[in-house]
Amino acid sequence: MNVNSNAYTYTFATVMVVLVAVLLSGASLGLKSKQASNISQEKKQSILASIGIEVDRSESDAAFGEYIKQSLTLQGGTVVSEDASAAFDIDMAAAIKVGNMDRSVPLYVAEKEGDTYYIIPMRGKGLWGPVWGYLALESDGNTVVGATFDHKSETPGLGAEITTPMFTDQFPGKKISEAGMFKSISVVKAGTSAGDYAVDGISGGTITSNGVNDMLTDCLAPYAEYFKNI
Amino acid sequence: MSTEVKQKESLFSKKNQRLLSDPFNDNNPITVQVLGICSALAITVKLEPAIVMSLSVMFVLAAGNVIISLIRNLIPNRIRIIVQLVVVASLVILVDQFLKAFAYDVSKQLSVFVGLIITNCIIMGRFEAFALGNGPWKAFLDGIGNSIGYGVILIAVAFFRELLGSGALLGFQVIPDSWYIANGGFYANNGFFLFPPMALIVVGLIIWAQRAKNTKLIEEN
Repeated sequence: MNVNSNAYTYTFATVMVVLVAVLLSGASLGLKSKQASNISQEKKQSILASIGIEVDRSESDAAFGEYIKQSLTLQGGTVVSEDASAAFDIDMAAAIKVGNMDRSVPLYVAEKEGDTYYIIPMRGKGLWGPVWGYLALESDGNTVVGATFDHKSETPGLGAEITTPMFTDQFPGKKISEAGMFKSISVVKAGTSAGDYAVDGISGGTITSNGVNDMLTDCLAPYAEYFKNI
Repeated sequence: MSTEVKQKESLFSKKNQRLLSDPFNDNNPITVQVLGICSALAITVKLEPAIVMSLSVMFVLAAGNVIISLIRNLIPNRIRIIVQLVVVASLVILVDQFLKAFAYDVSKQLSVFVGLIITNCIIMGRFEAFALGNGPWKAFLDGIGNSIGYGVILIAVAFFRELLGSGALLGFQVIPDSWYIANGGFYANNGFFLFPPMALIVVGLIIWAQRAKNTKLIEEN
């Protein structure tokens, strides 16, 4: 057989492509459930981290059940569903494509040491890719108790610093509304933040900081509307 | 060719041992051939991802070498580079999927670099230069040897960068907290070690040390 003939080359390429496709799709299907559970555990882990509960990823399922009492779905400031798994499964990447008062978004109600906390998921755009995070509010629906941020591909040492305590430790004590009016928390130039409604951005990570700023304004607004009425 | 008497070679003959040991020193893929530098700079900030990266490369290179070597007589010459690429890419996707399922935290840290194994020139280099012309056992040894040579340098660089840049090894603090200036001590981590240029300098120092010991690597001119 002539290994270098055209017919052989085409046959070889076809057989190779089919074999590889079968192999890879098999692996992908077989491992899918394990991968999905890793992702959902990590999500629970970061939701809990926003109210200061640090657990290992393997324990996050149990801890999530223990602390999170209710998972609501809000739309334009009113509760549309109390189904916990429906709220948890909302894909924020798809949700933020809709105007912020029209989208269905989850709100997690947590209870820790007798106090109630509200945990709000957020998602926005950084410099290179999506940024997201969770912001936890006290039972007044206004004062921040904690925040966590994560990102897909921000620059290490610059934009990626939004995940570090240096940035997130500024949030506790900040407020999102003033006298019942939604104000959001601004991320301002590093070193210039003052008052209850601003935090320092990352110097050298301006576009990521602006992205976090826009994400806070965009994602918190529908919740502020909800907290007005409780 | 046919008149040549075929000699039965033992599995670990001198020649085969050299396949394993050569890339370790005399023919190290990073310090002598200067291949795979990109990943040596990118993922050596911490020891753990460096170790996982070395193991992933070892798997991809050894398995890829064996596969290419097994089908070396079937591969049409004109599309051999594409065939090599398909083999690397599929193996890398498999490694990535397995890491995501069973070592999720590590896979997050390695993120894009797992995909970049595909572009690690050591792999295509060994496929093209060795696996296409040798039997599967030799190709396997060559793959293991080269990935050890690659891994040793990667881990050495990561060792210095994590120790001097973060004061830790494998995530455990080794420089006592009381030494730090913040706690009234005298010591500060060298932040420059966290950036890629310092990896290049460390690789350079390793090359220097290796050549000082192994004089046959020094070019005459």
